[in-house]
Parts: sequence; structure tokens; C-alpha cells
Amino acid sequence: MTGAADMGHANRHANPLDKVVESAEAAVADVPDGATVLVGGFGGSGFPKVLREALIRRHPRRITVVCNNADFGGFVYEDGLVRMICSYPVGATAKPLLEGIEAGTIELELTPQGTLAERLRAGGSGLGGVLTPTGLGTEFQVGRRIIEVDGKSFILALPLRGDVALIRAHQADRYGNLVSRFAGRNFNPLMAMAADLTIAEVDHIVEPGQLDPQQIHIPSVFVDRVVAVGGGPA
Amino acid sequence: MAWSNEALADIVAGDITDGWYVNLGVGLPTLVAERLPGRPVLVHSENGILGVGPPPPAGEEDPDIIDPGKNPVTIVPGAAYMDSGMSFALIRGAHLDLSVMGAFQVSADGDLANWRLPGKKGGAIGGAADLAAGSRRVWAMTTHTTRDGQPKLVRACDYPLTAIRVVTRVYSDLAVLDVANGRFRVIRMAPGVTEDELRASTGAEIEFAIQ
Repeated sequence: MTGAADMGHANRHANPLDKVVESAEAAVADVPDGATVLVGGFGGSGFPKVLREALIRRHPRRITVVCNNADFGGFVYEDGLVRMICSYPVGATAKPLLEGIEAGTIELELTPQGTLAERLRAGGSGLGGVLTPTGLGTEFQVGRRIIEVDGKSFILALPLRGDVALIRAHQADRYGNLVSRFAGRNFNPLMAMAADLTIAEVDHIVEPGQLDPQQIHIPSVFVDRVVAVGGGPA
Repeated sequence: MAWSNEALADIVAGDITDGWYVNLGVGLPTLVAERLPGRPVLVHSENGILGVGPPPPAGEEDPDIIDPGKNPVTIVPGAAYMDSGMSFALIRGAHLDLSVMGAFQVSADGDLANWRLPGKKGGAIGGAADLAAGSRRVWAMTTHTTRDGQPKLVRACDYPLTAIRVVTRVYSDLAVLDVANGRFRVIRMAPGVTEDELRASTGAEIEFAIQ
């Protein structure tokens, strides 16, 4: 699949740092079967809903989705989702997911929210894992390595990466520097870091130099494709 | 007579020290949030807000300003937004002075069970395990017994655990109890509740140290 290193060949801009793609469809066109897809957002906040719809139309088969809130059952389509990694598998639209888990067609990996964040951060940061106290003495330590540091026990949480990340921000410049809106930041920076191919939907795109470099939430190096979807709050 | 939810929330809010950073879980603890506006206490929301304010007036909801229950909220002056990594770093790193959480069961050793009923599949852990494991203080806010009268304060939890040895105090509708080395120490009782009543509705050893 097309990764960051290949983007210069895949995009048709004169400037290879220009990451703008004309449509959500084009942005997800090469997401392959079997992909692990990281999806940003917390509930509907900072959630890439246009990219999600485009991915559903693209219909890759047997995918793994990593998304904190699984109440976006739209990922459940025929021969689609086989594995869900999340902290919160309930919610208004989670019914198809829960039915799939019940029926055994979807495997659920339930991860405490902070551990999910740190696993992604480790995956995107070249770390071999993270030692967390979260989950000690509970079912979340079952099957995990316990490591003692200075007399304290920790669970070894392994890094998590995706083939693709679908994220959302408010503004982008053409290089893919991103600015989030209010609490819409949430998992988006972590997921942007942890995927081979990071695709961002944004409300609007400006020229490089027009965003305040002191206010960038996700630097362009983590972003491979940007698509303006509009429709969001100003 | 047992305290009402509102009376209990008043008590919890009254025990929160000005200057604290606090996280308030779903359920009963949300009633505490309603009692904090105007006080120098910053409320953390684990989706990435430090400084949550009251709900907005109708028509002024913003989809990107929500609490962990996905309800629209506002922010107070002095608030900050952050990503989930930093939000949970401040939780696990013991930067929160207090987390108030609902409970299915609390053990006399401070173990907390509050995320899934026994025998059920699924269940949503969300941020509860991090909040319970990482906060400087964890107060459980709960009815003293289940709907069918079973004690929620027990010697050992038999519900799925959220974290072990973390709860320092329980605020129930009958009493305020500190977790004290394998016992619950009653420091305050609702008006009209007797020591015998409290013993009968608690599933672990209790002692009385009314202040």
C-alpha cells in the first residue's frame, strides 16, 4: 500500500509536500482488505465521519478497527469488521457491533482508555511498549507481562500501530499541519503518529504559512493526505 | 432517614477543597459537578478538557465541547484542552487531587468494582480503570445497598474489578465511611440512621468514629 515514503509518487502536485487530495473517496481508495484502521475521535467530537462513510463505500474486507468509542456501528458491514479494539463498546449505534461480538463474528479487544492512548503513542514513537499501573489486579492484566520497577508492579502494554489512520481536524495547511477544534483533539494526534498512512479530513485548508506555527496540534510529518470536507463548525 | 442524592452531593461538594483538580464520573457524581460553579475547583473531563463548566443553554451546544458521557458542556475561564495522551498522563501521573466515581461494590481494602455486572459479556471500561488507579484520592459515591438490599460495601468484591486498593472514602446515602485497613470507619451518618442499621446493611466490618 501507499505509505508516507511513496506519497511523492502518488500525488500529482508539483510540490511533493502538498498532501491535499480532492475527495474522501480518492483519499481512501487504496485501503486494502485486512487493514488495521485507526479512527480518531471521542464520540462524535473530532470524529472523521466523512472518511468513515467513504471507507464504508470502499468496502475493504476483514478489517480491524481501533477507535475509542465503538458506538459507530457503521463500520459493521458485510464481511467487514472482524476485530475491534476500543475502550467503550456501547452506545446508541453500537448494536450491530454488539450483535457481531455476541455471534462470534467480531473479536473484541477491550482496552482501558489510557492504555489505548499509550499503546498508540508507543506505536508512533518507536517505543517497545509502556509500563502502566492501570488494570493491575483486574482482568486487564490477564495474559500480560508484569514488570517490577523500584518495587512497584506495572503491566507491559504493547505498542499499537495501524496501516491507516482516519482522523479529523478543524484546519489544515497544504502540507498537512493540523489544528483541532476544542475537545476534538482527543485521540487524533496519537493516531496520526501511529499509522503508515494517515488521512485527515478538515473543515478547510489554507496555504503553508497561514497557520500559526505555535498553535499546530499535529505537525505535517505525521500526515499523508488531507481532504477538505467542509460542513463543520466555522 | 437516608440522604437524598442531592443532599449527598452537597456533602461531597462540601468536602472538596478549593484549589483541587477533580474528575467526576457518570451517575451520582455528576450531581457534584452542578454544585461546583463559582468555586476555584477545576473539573477534568478525560476526553481532553480541564475546566469543565455547566451545560450550555439550549441552542448553544457545540459538538466539540462534550463531557465523557457525550453531553454538551461549557468551559470555565482558565480551562485548557488537550489530547487523550496528556489527559490520561495527568490521570495516571497522580495530578488529579480527586476522582469521584460510582460503584457496584467497594471492598474494605479499597477495591473498586464499577464497570460490569458479573456474568455479563462486554461492558465498557472507558477511562474508569485509569481514573481509579491513578487519582490521588478516589471517593466512591453510591447507594449503600443494591435495589434488592444487598450490601455494596463488602469484605471482598465478587464483581469484575476496576482497580484494587484505591478507594479511600465512600459516600453512601446512609453514611460517609473511610476505608481503613480492612474495615470501614464511619465518620458521618445520615440523620436517624442507627449503628445497628448500618451494621446490618454493610457486608464488612465497620467501626464508628463520628466526627
